Amino acid sequence: MTTGQIGQSGAAPLSATKGSSRRRENQDFIGANPVTPYLFLAPYLLLFVVFVAIPVVYGFWISLHSWDYLLPGKPWVGLKNYADLFTPGSVTSGPFWNSMGATGKYTLYSVPLLVLVPLLVALVLNQKFPGRAFFRSVYFAPYVLGVAVVGILWRFLLDPNVGLVNYYLGQIGIGNVPWITALPWAWISLVGMTVWWTLGFNAMIYLAGLQDIPRELYEAAAVDGANAWQRFLNITIPGLWPVLLFVVTITILREANMFGQSYIVTQGAPGEETTTAIMYIAETGLRQFNMGAAAAMSYVLALFLLIISIANFAFFRVRED
Amino acid sequence: MAQNTVPAEIKTEGGSRRRATRVLSYVALILLTLAFVAPLLWMISTSFKTNPETTRWPLAWIPRELSVEGYREIFNPTSETPVIRWFFNSLIAATAHAVLVLVTAAPAAYALARMHFRGKGLMFAIIISTLFIPPIILITPQYLVVDYLGWLDTLWAVIVPSAAGALGVFLLRQFFVSLPRELEEAAVLDGANRFQIFTRVVLPLSKAPLATLALLSFLTNWNDFLWPIYVLFSPKSLVLPPGLSKLQGAYDTDYAVIMAGGVLASIPVLILFFIAQRYIIEGVSRSGLKG
Repeated sequence: MTTGQIGQSGAAPLSATKGSSRRRENQDFIGANPVTPYLFLAPYLLLFVVFVAIPVVYGFWISLHSWDYLLPGKPWVGLKNYADLFTPGSVTSGPFWNSMGATGKYTLYSVPLLVLVPLLVALVLNQKFPGRAFFRSVYFAPYVLGVAVVGILWRFLLDPNVGLVNYYLGQIGIGNVPWITALPWAWISLVGMTVWWTLGFNAMIYLAGLQDIPRELYEAAAVDGANAWQRFLNITIPGLWPVLLFVVTITILREANMFGQSYIVTQGAPGEETTTAIMYIAETGLRQFNMGAAAAMSYVLALFLLIISIANFAFFRVRED
Repeated sequence: MAQNTVPAEIKTEGGSRRRATRVLSYVALILLTLAFVAPLLWMISTSFKTNPETTRWPLAWIPRELSVEGYREIFNPTSETPVIRWFFNSLIAATAHAVLVLVTAAPAAYALARMHFRGKGLMFAIIISTLFIPPIILITPQYLVVDYLGWLDTLWAVIVPSAAGALGVFLLRQFFVSLPRELEEAAVLDGANRFQIFTRVVLPLSKAPLATLALLSFLTNWNDFLWPIYVLFSPKSLVLPPGLSKLQGAYDTDYAVIMAGGVLASIPVLILFFIAQRYIIEGVSRSGLKG
């Protein structure tokens, strides 16, 4: 849409008066005041500079210092905060890599379920049948509740002694499951409640993608005698491929940023096993005020997330060819 | 648009196969529905129980003795956990945030969609690239900026910084670009200036995307958890998400109170969802795809 506009800028005011091309005329129809665009942009740009642009640079600056919020001196330490993370036995490296490991495990456990279960739900909801809109609403509803509500609710439901889940398991003869306090149960709890919370979100994205696949393709395939499974493999999957890439990517990124569920439900328990990277970084920076180290960790985590995103795109590109 | 008809296989094969598939689908859907609704019903049911009953086995879905004790606790504005106050703080913050997003993102998006100025391409690229910055990178320096502005422990801290996100500008720009230019051109001929065109022609045509953006901004702000637990700390200035976490700590096993807090926090967003779900679901499912 904007291509070709830049080259026209110099001659624009003149050509506008001549009314040469419709597009050109329109772009510059007020032509007179070059300040106007900046006035429209100013309020947003002010926010953007103060709360995004400056922090991105400032964060890196902080990471090069021994930056304790509560201490007056913030001595320059160069790359020491980064080096510490890669020095076994330093104060930060052990807990940081443990938390990175926790985030990795959680992502590995949760993403396959969060990619596949919503796909199944979307495939069913893509049929036309009475009540479809109702089911769609119900499955999406938990997503509009925040992690805080979902967290306190599931903390109660999964309480080993008084929770609803263990109550019904007890009815069918299954003894007290330590959902919160022991592994692997804590992981199962965190993954399960997240599926409950965000299944609808991913399902709606799939559903929008499914509805963009032309029905004629299915009809033609049915005429050619393709069965349901063949149609799924040869029409649905290729048609949904870009959507699948999108869902996999945002789900990995979202789950790698998991924080609230661990913070509220397990509080990192049993020991520190479910303390995620985000949780450790936030606590280090904003509770213990060891901001230099926290900033360095956040850049290392960001690098990991970047690599994962790129790998993801590369993988899907390969499959596309 | 494409019609969603039943799969052809169902039409071509026997009616009994069709019925079996349908019954099976319904059974699965209804079981899943139960799994989605039961936890919410349990939250509501528990919030109306007396405290001893919340944990008394056998558990009862209908409270044997209806009690509003839990609600009385959270409606006390002078307690250490004044949930009702957090409710209004959240309402103010989320509303103000949504308004701020609209009034800043809409003109910026319009300038980027329709106006012509030096450095436009670069500016747009920089703004959009920040969509890919993991938020964790920003929280420590943002905390210091907010501290510098004197906003720690005030609602400003949860209203303003997140409005700098690029999503609103991105979504609205995509929409403005897709609008037909003829209407704006007609307004020019009528002698309207840029600002008049924007407010009287473009914005009235953009009600749906503006409503979607406002709703998503409200919901995101209402539910945000990571940031407010660190920038708000005194009982009177909390918003609901960090408040609920605090409530859980303060009331420990007093589940009627904790669940009453959960119900109160859920009511506005569930109401919003049921009256505007078309916008919310569309917004959520389309926002990423058109990128």
